[in-house]
Amino acid sequence: MLLVILEHENGQLVEAAREALTFGRVLAEKMGKDLEAAIIGSDDDDLVEAAGQYGAETVHTVTHDLLTDYGPDACGSVIAQMVESLDPDAVLSCGSDRGNEFMANAAARLDAPFVANCTDVNPGDTWEMTRVQWGGSLLEDATLTADVPLLTCGLHAVAAEIGDEEDADTEAFDVDLDESVTITMVKDRVVQEAGVTLPTAPVVVGGGRGVGSENGFGQLEELANLLGGRVGCSRAVTNLGWRPHADQVGQTGTRIAPEIYIASGISGAIQHWVGAMASKHILAINIDKESNMVTKADWAVIGDLHEVIPAIIAEVQSRKG
Amino acid sequence: MKILCCVKRVPAPGAKINVTADGQDVDAAHLGFTTSPHEECAVEGAVQLIEEHGGEVTVLTLGTGDAEEQLRYAVSVGATHGVLVEADTIQWDPQRTAQAITAAVQELEVDEPFDLIMFGNESADAGGFQVGIRTAMALGRPIVQGIKGVEIGDDTITARREIDGGFEVYKLPRPAVLGIKEGLNLPRYPTMKGRLASKKVELNSITASAAEGGQVRVKLHRPEETVSETVILGTGAEAAAAVVDVLDELGVL
Repeated sequence: MLLVILEHENGQLVEAAREALTFGRVLAEKMGKDLEAAIIGSDDDDLVEAAGQYGAETVHTVTHDLLTDYGPDACGSVIAQMVESLDPDAVLSCGSDRGNEFMANAAARLDAPFVANCTDVNPGDTWEMTRVQWGGSLLEDATLTADVPLLTCGLHAVAAEIGDEEDADTEAFDVDLDESVTITMVKDRVVQEAGVTLPTAPVVVGGGRGVGSENGFGQLEELANLLGGRVGCSRAVTNLGWRPHADQVGQTGTRIAPEIYIASGISGAIQHWVGAMASKHILAINIDKESNMVTKADWAVIGDLHEVIPAIIAEVQSRKG
Repeated sequence: MKILCCVKRVPAPGAKINVTADGQDVDAAHLGFTTSPHEECAVEGAVQLIEEHGGEVTVLTLGTGDAEEQLRYAVSVGATHGVLVEADTIQWDPQRTAQAITAAVQELEVDEPFDLIMFGNESADAGGFQVGIRTAMALGRPIVQGIKGVEIGDDTITARREIDGGFEVYKLPRPAVLGIKEGLNLPRYPTMKGRLASKKVELNSITASAAEGGQVRVKLHRPEETVSETVILGTGAEAAAAVVDVLDELGVL
């Protein structure tokens, strides 16, 4: 069987975990094997139900007195034990920060290879896969020889889609853990902002070097607030110190997937594009109609963003009354 | 304190990344090389830590002799020593790379261990997301990834990891290993004094040997280009009404 390790937060499967189950359904079919899932640190019925809806036939839940919060060693240890006792044909998770972290941790424990951020996987005696390099600017075709392939699928490699299965069987997995796994557990959390965040925002208003200054982002903030969205920016902007790094969209920043990305004053360098390419729609505002961002956008406005954005703000306000 | 930063030499790409005819590598004929961005921040972070607490920063890279450029650059921005782990190519698979770096660290630690080892969260090119983790675990030390904040205590290292809408706090005993992300700081530029030091510094060289892992590169290729028939909604402020029509249509108004 193919075992999919599900990342969850606040009692819900994260979007990337739903993507991993969607990716896993196709892979399990290619393998001619069952799709099963594992939830580490919870046996919540809602999580099991969600896993079932996305196609898992059996869900292995893991609870333990030491599994009080996320920790790479705790998860890695559980996964390594599952590989040994559940005997899966392959293990898949999502290519999120945590997914790649705990799968690499498990791989190190098992002294086994681990292939991160696959976009396509073909099982066989030797497995063949395509995986993300350069954050998605390039792809690598690779082969893998392993007793039990350990893989993650790249973020947004597929869109999450509910499967046919309704109910999954639940099996409690007995795990053997000692205190050492708590060393790398989360010890505290600080919430800096409530509400809509960059990775989940339905609208992202992005600004690049063309915004011109730190203060220039005020108009972008205003538009983003009006639309219930967030401001993002390019690497050039964070390197200039105009915006915090948390706002950066791109290979070394956040992967966004909004309904619409309004990219203003951004030329569209490849490192930025790979962070924005999962956007469902793109509207570019740029003085250069030949810029990469304009040619890759669904819609574009040619002009100075400091004239265009205030006009959009006024139009939105007048229509909203 | 003693800090080790493991960095990778990567091409500095432009608007597009081209691949060599045999598909084995990035065509870097017209590109410069740089340090992978996460690791550039790791070096800056390490230098700031020794400026505050005293000590030495050693920078290590695995690759061919060309990678000396990145070691010397690190010295020009404040690192103390450079170590080249010599390999026939920079593109070893992640298991092999980690094994070679682990052996090199053990060789460098004959006298005393590094208090802190920093890796980039993932390399800018191959993006395997595992060399730091494998190395730390082979050394028997704790590691957490995605770190954008580091504070050093007497016995512990407090590390912050950005999450959606805030951050998580980890507290690791020393010695520990961190996977650093860009955003930890804004790396400084070399000073004249730094440049001089980087020319004079004697780099240490270790010959790497490690067994191949299970992952083998077949070829690199560019993803299919997004071909978009861009609809130009207008020029300047007068396009606002058409923009808002689009927003309305998408239901985000």
